[in-house]
Amino acid sequence: MSLIRLQEISRQYQMGAEIIHALREVSVEIERGEYVAIMGPSGSGKSTLMNLLGCLDTATSGLYELNGVNVSEMDDNQLAGIRNKEIGFVFQTFNLLPRANALRNVELPLIYAGLANEERKRMALEALTQVGLADRIHHKPNELSGGQRQRVAVARALVTDPSIILADEPTGNLDSKTGEEIMALFETLSQKGNTIIVVTHEENVAQHARRVLRIRDGLIAGDERVERKLAAVAVS
Amino acid sequence: MNFYTEVKEGLFIAWDAIRANKLRSILTTLGIVIGVVTVTLMGTAIDGLNRAFLRSISMLGADVLYVSRTSWFIDSYEEWLKVRDRHDITLAQVRELEKQMTLARAIAPFVDSRRPVKYKNRNSSSVTVIGTTEQFQFTSGSAVAQGRFLTAEEADGGRPVCVIGFDVATNLFQQGPALSNKIKVGQQDFEVVGVLEKQGNFLGHFNLDNQVIIPVKQFLSGIWHDPDFEIQVKVADLKSLEDAKEELRGVMRKIRHVPPGKEDDFAINQQENFISTFNRVAGTIATAGLFITGLSLFVGGIGIMNIMFVSVAERTREIGVRKAIGAKRRTILVQFLIEAASICLLGGLLALAIAWPMTFLIGQFLPATLSLTVAGIALLVSILTGIVSGFFPAWRAARMNPVDALRNE
Ligand SMILES: Nc1ncnc2c1ncn2[C@@H]1O[C@H](COP(=O)(O)OP(=O)(O)OP(=O)(O)O)[C@@H](O)[C@H]1O
Ligand SMILES: [Mg+2]
Repeated sequence: MSLIRLQEISRQYQMGAEIIHALREVSVEIERGEYVAIMGPSGSGKSTLMNLLGCLDTATSGLYELNGVNVSEMDDNQLAGIRNKEIGFVFQTFNLLPRANALRNVELPLIYAGLANEERKRMALEALTQVGLADRIHHKPNELSGGQRQRVAVARALVTDPSIILADEPTGNLDSKTGEEIMALFETLSQKGNTIIVVTHEENVAQHARRVLRIRDGLIAGDERVERKLAAVAVS
Repeated sequence: MNFYTEVKEGLFIAWDAIRANKLRSILTTLGIVIGVVTVTLMGTAIDGLNRAFLRSISMLGADVLYVSRTSWFIDSYEEWLKVRDRHDITLAQVRELEKQMTLARAIAPFVDSRRPVKYKNRNSSSVTVIGTTEQFQFTSGSAVAQGRFLTAEEADGGRPVCVIGFDVATNLFQQGPALSNKIKVGQQDFEVVGVLEKQGNFLGHFNLDNQVIIPVKQFLSGIWHDPDFEIQVKVADLKSLEDAKEELRGVMRKIRHVPPGKEDDFAINQQENFISTFNRVAGTIATAGLFITGLSLFVGGIGIMNIMFVSVAERTREIGVRKAIGAKRRTILVQFLIEAASICLLGGLLALAIAWPMTFLIGQFLPATLSLTVAGIALLVSILTGIVSGFFPAWRAARMNPVDALRNE
């Protein structure tokens, strides 16, 4: 059974009289443990697809099965529960809470999961250690570099041990060196068995993935496996 | 996430948000502050008024009926027109009542007038001179501190003696002994046979210690020849107050020759009349207070609503992030409700801090202190205002679409 199964998913936006077809009957399956890059030109529907995969948004039509559960018909609160348990988000603009320190930012999903304080602290610290920020846990976002902020965001995404980590342009606000570091981090996470989906329009970022989905005008234009040629470089 | 953690988390976030916008939070809450200060002061004042009133009213005695030509409280001009031609109550009528009434323990005539009182070269310019009998001791419940009260013989004429109030004694005799000295009331000398215990004042107005009690006959001959009397009737048993009142009414009608079918040409007053009139006044004050309070709370509430809309708009992205990582609608709703309630609670506390010293000022006039109940109500009212006015903005936050919220710049 696939982790993700999209069947003829469409998403339309109404803009006045005009209907924008952001996604047109997209069907795709993603297995557990895969590392997928979604590529395509601006406005092609990458973020729309990402939002659907992340249960932030619901499709206009079509079927979405996550972990064998049909989520296309779920209401707001059920989707919030799914997001909390199954999905970890990494955003282009980090989206950390500015007044909370790194530890608390990472704790946040666990608070919504209803975990006890000590348990939360322990898990958050573990996640921050995993991204190499054990010595920065009391820093607030504005006391961290861009790369460090994105690491905190990654820690927050993986602290609940989700089924999927979704990243929309995670390197978009970083210089190329820091971007490489983040991609290396994803590489390690992938090797530990996490399922990762990254949206990007940079070819070299996409080359970290094992599979590249190309989107054009809301349609899947290509679906290719990538040789593992760069894997060794990235890990080092 | 259960409700308890939601509230705890909400408090944490609210505190954080308020700290980040200290000045704004305080300015926003001013309306609430004014509202709560009014509630508190009004509550304290009414409380004090009640207490002062009850303290005074107990001097009237629940078991004493006061017969007079007119009612204590004349509500309208029409009523005044109706009662103004009634005949005076005379001493003879009092005597007659004493003979016929069976359910009374004590019956005393009562008439008073303001007169200067002199002792040697010291004088009090305006003292309430009361003409009555020995029965007055029972109807008024006055206690004698030194000496004795009037006797029945003295009341019936006899020697010119008097019993003086506490303040009169201190004014005229200062530290010296008062008993057996002669004081001049009007044109005549009276020997002091007793000094009353200190009684305080009645409704903050009439000083009960500034009085001289003289025999009623002396009053008639020396001060006022044909006054209108009040009759004080202490009933034998409080339980049969109504029966006594009925009897009193019947006897009075007979004495004053009121034909059957005609209205009484006198009024029977009692403590209760005072209480109901007072309650009416206190009710009016409370209503006015509530109105002012309600108005400022309403204005304050709008301020809170406004600032909460701003707060929600400012933190759209934060809301988006929270929703993306699993916050449910209710969690967000509770978070913002608690924030609004916290701002208002802060206002409530601020208001209590302002109102507290002001209640001391009220305490100068009334026996009032800021009670825990009033303080509790004040805080509860502020929290409620926060919840009510914060609901709409919080609802908007809770219903935000996470994708739109995250895209918000
Ligand atoms: N809320 C919306 N309302 C109306 N149209 C929208 C909305 N969101 C997206 N669209 C439209 O849907 C299409 C796909 O948008 P989407 O954000 O998925 O593109 P994208 O591939 O992520 O582009 P980019 O690389 O620039 O981020 C675009 O034409 C966009 O204008
Ligand atoms: Mg996009």
